[in-house]
Amino acid sequence: MDNEGLKNVLSEWAEGLEWEEGTQFLHVRVPAAALHTFARQLKTDQETAFDYLYCLTGVDWPEHMEVVYHLESTIHGHKIVLKARTDGREDPVLDTVCDIWPTADPHEREVFDLFGVRFNNHPDLRRILLTDEWEGYPLRKDYKDEINMIQL
Amino acid sequence: MSELVLTEPGIEALSTEEYFINMGPQHPSTHGVLRLVLTIDGEIIRKVEPHIGYIHRSIEKMCEHDSYRQIIHLTDRMDYLSCHMNNEAVCLAIESALQIEVPERVKVIRTIVSELTRLSSHQLWWGVMGMDLGAITSFLYGFRDREMINDIFEETCGARLTMNYNVPGGLMFDIHPNFQQRTKDFLAHFRTKLPEYDRLLSDNPILRSRTEGVGLLSKEDAIAYGITGPSGRASGFACDIRKRLPYSAYPQVEFKEILLTEGDCFARYKARILEMWESISIIEQLIDNIPEGEFQVPTKQVIKLPKGEFYQRVETARGDFGVYIISDGNKSPYRLKFRSPGFSNLFVLDKVARGCKIADLVAIMSTFDYVMPDIDR
Repeated sequence: MDNEGLKNVLSEWAEGLEWEEGTQFLHVRVPAAALHTFARQLKTDQETAFDYLYCLTGVDWPEHMEVVYHLESTIHGHKIVLKARTDGREDPVLDTVCDIWPTADPHEREVFDLFGVRFNNHPDLRRILLTDEWEGYPLRKDYKDEINMIQL
Repeated sequence: MSELVLTEPGIEALSTEEYFINMGPQHPSTHGVLRLVLTIDGEIIRKVEPHIGYIHRSIEKMCEHDSYRQIIHLTDRMDYLSCHMNNEAVCLAIESALQIEVPERVKVIRTIVSELTRLSSHQLWWGVMGMDLGAITSFLYGFRDREMINDIFEETCGARLTMNYNVPGGLMFDIHPNFQQRTKDFLAHFRTKLPEYDRLLSDNPILRSRTEGVGLLSKEDAIAYGITGPSGRASGFACDIRKRLPYSAYPQVEFKEILLTEGDCFARYKARILEMWESISIIEQLIDNIPEGEFQVPTKQVIKLPKGEFYQRVETARGDFGVYIISDGNKSPYRLKFRSPGFSNLFVLDKVARGCKIADLVAIMSTFDYVMPDIDR
């Protein structure tokens, strides 16, 4: 399905979708509350069938955190970028999608580890790259570490 | 694979107890600092929990402070066996963002060097895989042939492992005058040696019995867990970026995407052996047809990408490698994410290895071909 077709189909699934075009892929931002149902429908609906989550990552924006899901359908070949914003930066929370795409499990742990975004219903949300006693979330823009200065 | 169950009348099944053991962080067959916490019942694995991060260098954070030219030099320290493809991914992302069209010569040379890198990665994997399963000879043969490729790289760009041959807009230097001849010599040599690999390992009954039917991964699981590269294709997941989203000179060469259906350790083994034949064929199609021209187009000293998001995927020796750049228009990216194939490939271990024996886990890890710096970043 081309971007226009996807847009028409997906627009009916949830309220409050925001679209971005002009870049490589079609981008859709879904309200955090609708994330899980929307993601499940992207995977299970025969028309869209986004079964391959090839990238999941976080971004730290000044006002909020954002989690970005790059999706591809191995059946139809179309791609989409799904985004969801958290409410503020202090205690960011989103629903997990690892019950939909199992590969999201370690990726969400990484986002939790480095950005501090918590994922509801994640079966095993622990730090993954850093040690359990690490303080702070290094990929946040305001992260300061006096000892290990990695700024060049 | 099968569990010991005593079913004879009058004999109660032996009571067993689950317990944990650590495999790694220093274990010869984890190929780097990886710690696996195994829950085992006798010798049967009930659960595998990978603990990673021992060589996490925070490359993504460093990238936020580096210029785009500097970033390239960090990428070959991730998957050092696919260094050229990692460099290429960043360069392609920058070039597509700046809408730079690189000369045909660059595309062809990049493709040849990519395939040579893939060959050398698979040669190393083949040698180490044999050693993991107890065959020391294969290690020596794999390294013998790999040496020739390293020599070719050394002559052309000065480095043998972490090459940094790509720059935005082309290549750092032109190829060495000997490059074509030495590559052809290597191919002629390797065409006679690759059947030896088959005679030594592929047809070996011990290797067969340790890999066939072991570590099964279905196509659905391969897609769901994002298993790419030869490991994914051995389960039937058509994930070859060179075919699906062709870049550089891949659109102009003919090669088969190796797709197998068995999904066991031997299929993953076979996929890499067959892929080596395809790589040889790709290089042979290109090596005499390197177009004349510039090896680099001039770019600004300080590269600034336009505001926006750019995603570039390439096929490394381990699978679908992605560079995701969010640019705010400055000389460093606002956010840069490396989607490393090994990271996704590692976390399917629990799924694949449950019910196997500990010795099978070594075979499974070998055929998934993990490179730890790629996973930890």
